[in-house]
Amino acid sequence: MEAQTIRGAMFDTDELVINMGPQHPSTHGVLRVVLRLDGEKVVDCDVVIGYLHRGIEKLSENRNWTQIILLTDRMDYVAAATSNVGYCETVEKLMQLEVPRRARYVRTILCELQRIASHCLWVGTHAMDIGAMTVFLYAFRERELILDLFEEFCGARLTYNSMRIGGLPLDIPPGWDKKVLEFCTIMDSKVDEYETLLTHNRIWLERTKGIGVISGEEATGLGLCGPALRGSGVTRDVRKDEPYAAYDEMEFDVPIGSDGDTYDRYLVRMEEFRQSLRIIRQAAQGIPEGPIVGKVPRLIKPAAGETYHAIESPKGELGFFIVSDGKSTNPYRFRVRPPSFCNLQGLRRLVRGHLVADVVALIGSIDIVLGEVDR
Amino acid sequence: MIDGFVIPLLKIVIVLNATLVGVTYMVLLERKVIAWAQSRLGPMRVGPYGILQPIADAVKLMIKEDITPVRADKWVFTAAPIISMVPALIVYAVIPFGPEVNLFGRRVSLYVTDVNVGLLYVVSVASVGVYGIILAGYSSNSKYPLLAGLRASAQLISYEVAVTLTLVSVILVAGTLSMVGIVRAQESGHVWFAFVQPMAFGIFFIGGLAETNRAPFDLPEAEQELTGGFHTEYSGMRFALFFLAEYANMIVVSSVATTLFLGGWLRPFPNVAALGFLDFVPVWMWFLVKSFLFLYVFIWVRATLPRYRYDQLMRLGWKVLIPLAILNLVVTAVIRVLLI
Amino acid sequence: MGQAIAFYTMAAAILGFAVLVISTRDTVHSVLFLVLDFLFVAALYVLLNAPFVAVIQVLVYAGGIVVLYLFVVMLVNLKRPPEAHQDPHRRTKLGFGMAAAVLLEVAAIATYTSANPAPAIAASAAMPVTGNTEQVGWLLYTSYLIPFEIASMLLLVAMIGAIILAKREL
Repeated sequence: MEAQTIRGAMFDTDELVINMGPQHPSTHGVLRVVLRLDGEKVVDCDVVIGYLHRGIEKLSENRNWTQIILLTDRMDYVAAATSNVGYCETVEKLMQLEVPRRARYVRTILCELQRIASHCLWVGTHAMDIGAMTVFLYAFRERELILDLFEEFCGARLTYNSMRIGGLPLDIPPGWDKKVLEFCTIMDSKVDEYETLLTHNRIWLERTKGIGVISGEEATGLGLCGPALRGSGVTRDVRKDEPYAAYDEMEFDVPIGSDGDTYDRYLVRMEEFRQSLRIIRQAAQGIPEGPIVGKVPRLIKPAAGETYHAIESPKGELGFFIVSDGKSTNPYRFRVRPPSFCNLQGLRRLVRGHLVADVVALIGSIDIVLGEVDR
Repeated sequence: MIDGFVIPLLKIVIVLNATLVGVTYMVLLERKVIAWAQSRLGPMRVGPYGILQPIADAVKLMIKEDITPVRADKWVFTAAPIISMVPALIVYAVIPFGPEVNLFGRRVSLYVTDVNVGLLYVVSVASVGVYGIILAGYSSNSKYPLLAGLRASAQLISYEVAVTLTLVSVILVAGTLSMVGIVRAQESGHVWFAFVQPMAFGIFFIGGLAETNRAPFDLPEAEQELTGGFHTEYSGMRFALFFLAEYANMIVVSSVATTLFLGGWLRPFPNVAALGFLDFVPVWMWFLVKSFLFLYVFIWVRATLPRYRYDQLMRLGWKVLIPLAILNLVVTAVIRVLLI
Repeated sequence: MGQAIAFYTMAAAILGFAVLVISTRDTVHSVLFLVLDFLFVAALYVLLNAPFVAVIQVLVYAGGIVVLYLFVVMLVNLKRPPEAHQDPHRRTKLGFGMAAAVLLEVAAIATYTSANPAPAIAASAAMPVTGNTEQVGWLLYTSYLIPFEIASMLLLVAMIGAIILAKREL
């Protein structure tokens, strides 16, 4: 880790350049942030990404439409099922396929379980960066319960490959919905536990209130999405604005913040825990009978055309743009609009004027996954 | 001859060894308590329930390669961990584990010595301990350890002011600077000073956390992710000495708090004859239990609370704790003069 | 007998470290030798049955003032050698001159005190002779109250001055 001073000897009051990462315990992956400091305050920062670029979009051009589902797992590896759902729905939109109601309900349950799992990881790592190390272990204990549910459903804990174009590959095991409801009961009390440890803790408030304030207009201008946008007071949630899966049949609220600081983003996500549990309960109690996969042709070959479809992943608006040339079984172009990538652009604006110790809190507050940022 | 020389020597040997063993097992205690707070078990493999883990750690650290940076100041580099560790150990010369007892037919006092400026001795020795950190940062001959070391020591000397002011309030109540005298004052007053001086106790606890660089005040240590911390260039046993010095300082703070605020070696309610059956517990056991409780709270706090940013930490020390400590001192002095 | 041995060893150490303070090239080492000096002086105070003064010496001098000296020395880059002066022996001459002045002063004081022995310090009212702390406290707050208050005022002024110099915005 090197640092050079800009014109001047050591301890000049001119600017100092510090490099954070790419191997760094607090950057949640291989992220490199180059900070320019004036004394203790951050004047500017340069975010360097690309350390996890695996060429997913290019690889997709050589795989058929079903094989790409595997690749989407590995983008946001913390909430893989959400990427699966987003991609499958995009292809279904292009092919005008009808997804049976049962599949849509199960997809909703899985998406919301992923939201809880992703937020568990977020709260754990965010709290740990700020120093409250116990919350990390509590959150992962609950995440394990979710991963167990997923393992029962599709056999994997992290990269699920749990969707197919037109529905799901397998039906849910018998008794799975009861387990999901049991999990909801447990999770409710656990969210209260996290809140007891953090929400009204004076040290937590001092570390997060007023840090990284961004107004609604600025956030929209920067292209932020998800809780980062909602924390600044902008009501934008793809589940409400353009419902997909079974969200049009669910009753839930979308938490909106007011001050646009780290604390509000934290509160938004904590409330999202509870709203997700609400959705899961409604969905699990009312899974309709029926087929689990719709009428899908054997060989997936959409007609020539292009489409864009977005869903609300735990990190924000996850969009897929696909172009099919109608002739081959592979897409002509596959492009992802990852929420973490767009939110990361806001980091530069957020860290200005803050201290070095806040940079770590802000990276956690935006909630990024490098797999998604770099693809 | 025996009373003047051999017995104090024996006491010193016992106290030092007990302290060093205590410090190494503190490491295990911390890992276990934090693990239990986090729904896990901590070290379990080495020995039954992980009891032998500190020995494994000690062996590992001793056989590690000892690296000294090329352009580091060799004497200062070697001296810094020692300067960190020694003050923590020599404080035990004045800590009373018990009053005079009959041991093998002799009257033996369960403290190495009773200086009548005992409390001031503790504070002054603690203030010398700051040098270890400054010199460690300096002798590494690198910008970041130097800055981190200066920061950590600035934190220490800031909180020293608040802690010393609370100790002055305790001295006002007890009327004496000697550690044994303070415990006796609690005995004759039939009340632990934690109840007489609750604010002083609170400030002492928070100041103690900051003095030993413990969470929530451990940013100079945690920020080592970014700036290296003052002990970056240390490896092997030298590094171990720094960490042991931190735990030793924790035990010192607990012992001092026990003596000053929790009644030292006194059993609960020493004047209530009905609880006389508690007298079978040896006096030093009460001392150890109280110190242990204090240590447990230290570790508990570390597992629970997030950490303060450095400027918030300094603001807390200077703008909140010191005024409160002065206020406490003034009120205590007024009450002492007017009422007692 | 033991006292004498202790005294002479410590005195030798103090003088030795003092010489090292001014003769060593590295400024940080110089400050560290000063700390050791202060610690030995505190030990001398203990020999003189003044434990309170000894502890205060460590607490204030070694543990407070010199720490701040160390901060300054470490933060200011003092590795540059002093500029060559026209007269290369300027420092030696200055040193000898000052040593001579101090010697004269010491001689003057010695002759004066042997000619007029100092009167016994009037015991101001009932001074409790219980311990060193009480003695110092009694003297400080009765006979020497005004110098004490002036000293605290001086420290306050120094603190305010330092804060004003260092603050970026008030």
